[in-house]
Amino acid sequence: MIVELGHFAAILALLMAAGLAGTGFLAATNPAWRGLTQALALGQLALVALSFAVLVAAFVGNDFSVAYVAQNSNSALPWHYRVSATWGAHEGSFLLWTLIAAGWTAAVSVAGRQLPSEVHGRALGVLGALNAAFLLFLLSASNPFERLLPAPPTDGADLNPLLQDFGLIVHPPLLYIGYVGLAVAFAFAAAALLAGRLDAAWARWTRPWTNVAWAFLTCGIALGSWWAYYELGWGGWWFWDPVENASFMPWLAATALIHSLAVTEKRGAFKAWTAFLALTAFSLALLGAFIVRSGVLTSVHAFATDPERGVFLLIILALAVGGAFALYAARAPSIGSRATYDGISRELLLLANNAILTLALAVVLLGTLYPLAYEAATGGDKISVGPPYFNRVFVPLMLLLAAGLAIAPISRWKRTPLKLFQKAGWMLLAAAAIGVAAPLAFAGALKAGAAAAAALGTWVAVVLAADCWRHRGALTRSYLGMAMAHLGFAVSLVGIGATSQFSSALDARLAVGEAVELNGVAYRFASLTQVDGPNYTAERGTFTTDAGVTLHAEKRHYAASGQVMTEAGIAAGFFRDLYVTLGERLPDGSWAVRLNDKPLVRWVWLGALLMAGGGILAVMDPRYRRVRVRARSSRADVAPVPQAAQSGG
Amino acid sequence: MAQTAAAPAHAAAHRMIGRLLPLAGFAALVALLYLGFTLRDPTLLPSALIAQPFPRFDLPILGGGGRRATEADLQGAPRLVNVWATWCPTCLAEHAELTRIGAETGLSIIGINYKDDAAKAIAWLVRHGDPYQFNVVDADGDLGVELGVYGAPETFLVDAAGIIRHKRVGEVNRAVWENEIAPAWRNLAATP
Amino acid sequence: MKTMNRQRRARLAATALLLVGAAATVALTLAALNENVNAFHPPASIVGGEAPVNTSIRAGGMVAEGSVQRDATGLAVSFVVTDHQGADYPVRYHGILPDLFREGQGVLVTGELTAAGVFEAREVLARHDENYMPPELADMAVHQGAAPR
Repeated sequence: MIVELGHFAAILALLMAAGLAGTGFLAATNPAWRGLTQALALGQLALVALSFAVLVAAFVGNDFSVAYVAQNSNSALPWHYRVSATWGAHEGSFLLWTLIAAGWTAAVSVAGRQLPSEVHGRALGVLGALNAAFLLFLLSASNPFERLLPAPPTDGADLNPLLQDFGLIVHPPLLYIGYVGLAVAFAFAAAALLAGRLDAAWARWTRPWTNVAWAFLTCGIALGSWWAYYELGWGGWWFWDPVENASFMPWLAATALIHSLAVTEKRGAFKAWTAFLALTAFSLALLGAFIVRSGVLTSVHAFATDPERGVFLLIILALAVGGAFALYAARAPSIGSRATYDGISRELLLLANNAILTLALAVVLLGTLYPLAYEAATGGDKISVGPPYFNRVFVPLMLLLAAGLAIAPISRWKRTPLKLFQKAGWMLLAAAAIGVAAPLAFAGALKAGAAAAAALGTWVAVVLAADCWRHRGALTRSYLGMAMAHLGFAVSLVGIGATSQFSSALDARLAVGEAVELNGVAYRFASLTQVDGPNYTAERGTFTTDAGVTLHAEKRHYAASGQVMTEAGIAAGFFRDLYVTLGERLPDGSWAVRLNDKPLVRWVWLGALLMAGGGILAVMDPRYRRVRVRARSSRADVAPVPQAAQSGG
Repeated sequence: MAQTAAAPAHAAAHRMIGRLLPLAGFAALVALLYLGFTLRDPTLLPSALIAQPFPRFDLPILGGGGRRATEADLQGAPRLVNVWATWCPTCLAEHAELTRIGAETGLSIIGINYKDDAAKAIAWLVRHGDPYQFNVVDADGDLGVELGVYGAPETFLVDAAGIIRHKRVGEVNRAVWENEIAPAWRNLAATP
Repeated sequence: MKTMNRQRRARLAATALLLVGAAATVALTLAALNENVNAFHPPASIVGGEAPVNTSIRAGGMVAEGSVQRDATGLAVSFVVTDHQGADYPVRYHGILPDLFREGQGVLVTGELTAAGVFEAREVLARHDENYMPPELADMAVHQGAAPR
């Protein structure tokens, strides 16, 4: 495959994206431009896809004359890792980001045809401008097509062994679909501000796009957490690392946005706030990209750094986000909200949801940037913020969020009679009893955080189940999606509570044949064997427990890069994971071994999958298809509010 | 959030401030990021060696069959002296750019193979290509100490009289070449 | 008019609740931040007595060649961290060292310095991979691949 073809396609795509930015805005006032706009959006996608395919082909075909391939692949690498190595480092992963951005743009161009052109055209214009900025950055500061001529190496330096893994094949694409998907909400908000029609119809167009992006982001974060759990080798699944925070902050903003959009669509309220969240969510995604790719913060996940890239990304960030907030400052005041509500209403609960999520976001942002601010203020003194900071503030906020979430389904718009909450109150008592009893029964101990999480999680589930039962026969997909996502939150909450408070770990010195006990399970170091992988050799320790479970933990040596990797041996279970890692070989031939017992750790990711599934299910509500038709025929503002269960977040 | 239709004027002004808040917060954030970013360039290390003559040395030439080189061999033309080793991953990363510089600009590049195994070094050059006019073997790192080398790669621009004119710690990539080394080299040509 | 008043009251209550909640969060946040910030100290600061004793700090430097000593039976380990410029101090740790921990390589330790000048590490981090060096160490002019393996 001719690599220069890929390079050329990317240059053409840049021209098309720039053209799209122009024609999009023209189409906003003159619908005659819409055809060209769509052609440019689709053409841009085709060209970036071609460019990406060329790079994949260079990897699969071991073309080490391409510098990026030579640095991140090796002829001994299995073919599927050669494919995923395409996005294993900065340049290729940014090409993937660009491809996904082009994909979202094309989707908006096609699926949004029925939207009024004053919004649709401007949204495409904004997306085109963003795509052009991404492509310009790709071509000028992170070109993956550069050749190593005239002396191409005969073999490559190999893909980082940490990335030779299934999780890393799918994690970046999912995460980027989420990140870049938030650009659609961003573009719609900017377009609506420009067009001066920040109304319920705008919220209704934005909701499905936001839900899909949010669902992918949720999956991407969960997958990253799962990957860190089994691949980094020490049993942790969340580290409050700057790069993790970088993905978590847009998620918090997007979660708030999803809920705020519900109010704006149904009640026409919170309009300016919703627009602010839509702009913020994608801004945080861009901030995340900057953090990961500039090396400004210390992280184990960051890419190798290059100051030029950092400055370029900062300029994109400043232009896109600065422009958006300037627009917000100029236009948002003219948009008033006329909806009224009273007492404990659904509006109030959703407002509380937004307040809590925003506070949580501020807490994470502060903890992430504080070291940087401190260093800047003191002229170079370095500090780091430990995970206990995040846990201390974050946990109470999430428990509070769970409490509000529990009564959300039974609340009503405008005003909720207090007697509706009576039954939920009794359910809370029952749930509290379960929250206390379950840990006592399973772990034989009581810990406040785990008990609170279990009680609130149970409460959420029970209230949801009762509400579903009450509305049986009249359940819309939108309601079911809300229920599923909320159940997912409860499942994650219970999992996080249990695994963070009842996990036990032990570092032991073991020789083959020796055994050690942890939390009532005896682990025997049964054997140590030498195994050969496709591009590594490994020492494999086999451990057996007294319950007959066998675990294989490996220490891998990758030949091409000379790196050593720890592969954990995990016996995954619905209620608990047993987890063994080989540490280091000690001089006398025994091994330093870490044993982990992680109750309910799977629930953390299972809950995230439920949340994502709920987000997708809600999008499949026929209401959104009807909306498109209606948007074409008339510009209906607030739809009549259905008092039944047809609602939700 | 929700307000009644007849909002007084001062409330509108109040709201305007609220609308500007995100912009102000964001501007502060960008300033912080930029500041933090400029703090983070560890590659700008002043060297006491700038404008000093290249240290004296007498070391074997890599693969030179017992021939040796001294600081006198650097004189006569501007040279790029690159400290590298096979154990240094960044050296591999910058190899392509050195190769390009050697091939396209005509600036001659001398290598110092630093604390390395000669056989491995030769194999490495065979495998990745050899942009160096010659390499000296600094197996014990003595010349490295004289040069104040912190690690590999480091790259020195030495003028025709053997005076060090520029020092780069870390990778030489296209940007470093164009923004740092090439201008310094052009300066040499301008002021002989 | 009655509904208007009730609405206003409700909104006032909501705003008050929000403010109290936000204030509580801010207070909690600042307290937590204050307690969980670890300052970074290069070897010279540890040896020179600038680093606080019995306080959680982060320190770093290079693992001195030949200094790693494993306990004969348990998982206790000790090594010396140096800046190659005259400042070095002993570190004690109990547990498993990371894969990339090597003599002559950069290391980041989190823990407490005892009055006797021994660093009791709670966590030991080595370079994550060949391309990554914590900026704390990079700033100390100890570059990647700074010593042959």
